[in-house]
Amino acid sequence: MLVTAVLSGLVLGGTYALLAMGLTLQYGIARIMNLAYGELIIVAAFLSYALFTYAGISPVWALLIALPGGFVLGYAIYGLLMAPLVRRARNAASLEIDSILTTFGLLFVIQGLLLVTFGANFTSYSYLNDAVQIFGTRLAANRLLALVLAVVLGAAIYLVLTRTLWGTALRAVAVAPGSAPLVGIDVERAARMAFALGGALAAAGGVVISMYQTFTATSGVVFTMKALIIVIMGGVGNILGALSAGLLLGLAETMVATYVDPGLTLATTYGLFLAVLLWRPTGLFGRAVR
Amino acid sequence: MISMKRRVLLRTGAVAAVTVATGFGRAAWAEERKSIRIGYAISKTGPNAGGAGITTLPNYLLWAKDVQDAGGLELPDGSRLPLEIVEYDDRSSAEEVVRAIERLANEDKVDFILAPWGTGFNLAAAPLFDRYGYPQLAVSAVTDKAPDFVKRWKKSFWMLGGGHDYAKALAAIMADAGKAGTLNGKVAMVSVADGFGIDLVSAARPAFEEAGIEVVYDKTYPVGTSDFTPMINEAKASGADSFVAFSYPPDTFAITQQAQVADFNPKLLYLGVGTGFPVYAKNNSENATGILSLGGIDPANAANADYRKRHEAVTGIAPDYWGSVITYASLQMLQEAIRRKGLDREAVAAEIASGSFETVLGETKLEDNQLRKLWWTGQWQNGQFVGIAPGDRAGASQLVLPRQSWKKA
Amino acid sequence: MTPRFLLEISAFIAVIAALALLPLFASPYGITLMIGMLGYVALAIGWALFSGPTRYVSLATVAFFGIGAYTCAVFSEVLAYPLLLLVAGLIGLGVALVVGLATLRLAGVYFVIFTFGLAELIRQLVTWYEVNITGTLGRYIFLPVTPEGIYWQLLALTAAAFAMSWAISRSRLGLALKVIGEDEVVASHSGIDIARVKLGLFALSAVIMTLVGAIQAPRWTYVEPSIAFNPTVSFLTLIMALLGGANRLMGPILGAVPLFLLFEWLSANFPNHYSIILGLIFITIVFVLPNGVLDFIEKGWARRLPVAKPAEVHK
Repeated sequence: MLVTAVLSGLVLGGTYALLAMGLTLQYGIARIMNLAYGELIIVAAFLSYALFTYAGISPVWALLIALPGGFVLGYAIYGLLMAPLVRRARNAASLEIDSILTTFGLLFVIQGLLLVTFGANFTSYSYLNDAVQIFGTRLAANRLLALVLAVVLGAAIYLVLTRTLWGTALRAVAVAPGSAPLVGIDVERAARMAFALGGALAAAGGVVISMYQTFTATSGVVFTMKALIIVIMGGVGNILGALSAGLLLGLAETMVATYVDPGLTLATTYGLFLAVLLWRPTGLFGRAVR
Repeated sequence: MISMKRRVLLRTGAVAAVTVATGFGRAAWAEERKSIRIGYAISKTGPNAGGAGITTLPNYLLWAKDVQDAGGLELPDGSRLPLEIVEYDDRSSAEEVVRAIERLANEDKVDFILAPWGTGFNLAAAPLFDRYGYPQLAVSAVTDKAPDFVKRWKKSFWMLGGGHDYAKALAAIMADAGKAGTLNGKVAMVSVADGFGIDLVSAARPAFEEAGIEVVYDKTYPVGTSDFTPMINEAKASGADSFVAFSYPPDTFAITQQAQVADFNPKLLYLGVGTGFPVYAKNNSENATGILSLGGIDPANAANADYRKRHEAVTGIAPDYWGSVITYASLQMLQEAIRRKGLDREAVAAEIASGSFETVLGETKLEDNQLRKLWWTGQWQNGQFVGIAPGDRAGASQLVLPRQSWKKA
Repeated sequence: MTPRFLLEISAFIAVIAALALLPLFASPYGITLMIGMLGYVALAIGWALFSGPTRYVSLATVAFFGIGAYTCAVFSEVLAYPLLLLVAGLIGLGVALVVGLATLRLAGVYFVIFTFGLAELIRQLVTWYEVNITGTLGRYIFLPVTPEGIYWQLLALTAAAFAMSWAISRSRLGLALKVIGEDEVVASHSGIDIARVKLGLFALSAVIMTLVGAIQAPRWTYVEPSIAFNPTVSFLTLIMALLGGANRLMGPILGAVPLFLLFEWLSANFPNHYSIILGLIFITIVFVLPNGVLDFIEKGWARRLPVAKPAEVHK
């Protein structure tokens, strides 16, 4: 039972981690609190659904479309909506409020467009819903894919951030946006790249979860909130932190559901999150990009 | 401050003035009215939009089109008047529902108001329907308190039964199968911690006990749960060969998928809202066969089959197998009552309460303002979700147990 | 008592009196509209009372609003009506004090997210309690309260909230608050007990929000956690207060009234494109009115006046 619980917990956590990593880049490096993050996930989910249902294109191919698509979308959103706000912001606090309000507006716009296009119905299809046996536990292949993707993308981004010059520039912007220009870093460009990268990750997450989770045009908020909780728990801008916090949260929910009461899983999530906030406001794994 | 408040006063005054003007206008034109106004508030956005968008809204649109195509609503003198639809989005908020109904009644002065979606919102709206004298045909509301509500709000009609009805029917099915030796008399159940799930599970507990069925696993999970693996694993290990989930659509879909992954094959599988959705059959094809849920249809009823075809042709989506057809039938009842009694709401309500109507359900008649001739349990058989309980009702299909094991796609 | 002060006081009383007489003339829908609007005005004033001066962006509005609504539902058959409101207010106060003591040291977005989490946590706990302990979910409220009654209560609450925020802004406390908002370190050095002031304001604003919930709940007949703890309430309150300018006395009112009417108009005239238009309006507000309506109007005046004067001289 314990092995089963741990493995299912990790697989659930993989989904959470995958959903949260993009947001941690957007918020940690680009410094944009993107409330429309979940809507990007849903857009990708609908894209994957439409390709699969109407054109018979496998979600794996959709992933190859969604990754660059999410990148371009993130790039455009930053360039059109966020960059002017960043330029005019007097301090971090006013940028925070401006970005919350703008992305909140963006959330409604995307939601409205999805409603007009796809209607309000529950949308779902099933792909790769096959069992994979690991240590005698049957796990869903599509959920396992989310975990693998989370680990692979997380590790890749971590390596890019720590081992390349470009990544170092991004980290510099995250830690000290004020002094980064002094060493010749184009802060706006770095932030735009981080935001676009976050968009690509969100799109990847959307494609993967659409294989097994039911979604509607209005369910993006749920994903934003879950991602936000993980981002804060893992430390803002900390990609490995988001990965670990996501896995931890999945594990905690499964443990509670198995050994305490499934009715308390969400209460546990929020309780755990509030406790972490009070005990270590900078997150379990610290703030800066490591 | 003063100028601001004055603006509020002016606005409200303007609203009042418009009301008075239209009010007078209406009185003057009463002899030669050009249309019949029908209004409704529905969740087009927010968490309730998914449910309202499948059971309620498409039927309102389909009905409006059907009436328009027929040249309008027929009145007792044989004349026909076109419909004029006033629609509001309640944004899934109870306060908005209340305000929208007030607005429909007082500002738009609609002739009839169609019910909102959901038990909670129908209850929020009920006192207003009552105060302004509108009949309320509440379809998407499952409540055991309907007999009390009918006394409190005389023109309210409750058309989807209560938790006890569904739970008792299920318990009877399981008890019979237990006696026949098909099932082992043990059940594992989970329920969503929200109105529907709690209503049903608290009705199911005593019903199972009375029927001599042992509940070996009984847990509630919060709305928004996406991973049911722990519950399925527990249920699998519990020794029960029946699994019941009083679930919402996303949960229903997820449980179906995850039960397949876990190779969990209870002999009786009963799932909640969403099982009767067309997308459910589409996603699970063969594997849906044998799964039980609430609602169902009589596959031999030609009117219903025709309705399902038109629904898909007009709205682009197929109707569900539970509330959809009843929603449409409720509108047909309203239409027929208007044809018999005209636009007098009092008389129309009395006619709905006492009259007998030919609808897509067949012959339909309310008892104590409630529709009681319903399918309490249904089962997927041959690509249709057919009604199996009450088994003595005409058109009932035969229950098939145990259900087949999951097939690999 | 300066003449200006007397004038303001009498203007305030006159406006409240005029609003109190409104139900005698307005249509039932007019009253309903005013109830919805006053509800949001009171919430926005309550929100700005704490978040304006401290600059803590709170999303806990619906936590307290929901506590009020739920208390009303739970005790509606046991307690007399005025007592009901008192109990609701006290529960709100209690929760606010506990939460405030624990969280007011958080800053920035951590506070934002904490408060959102708090609302969800309370909703989950209420659900779990109802499901497992009382075995029901969803409670009925059958109170003989008329819409007029609710309107007058909300008006009284709004007036009281407004008067309080006015009194605070005129008092020494108001000055202290300005300092906190500008610089907490300076504030603590100048002998202001920051923690206590913040806690007091948080509690006061929470009580106002709780009462709004308790007063409005009887209109819904049926209350369940998803109805009482609808997160939209928090978001709308925040947007309204920020639109008007949370630091101004009139800000919350100038934000809540036009936005409320706008929502009403949109949902009636564009039920299918409501979200899109609403979103575009939000974005426009941020780009065109970054500091709220009041600031925009004042700046507009300031720009116009110096131009107008020389022109007069030349004449």
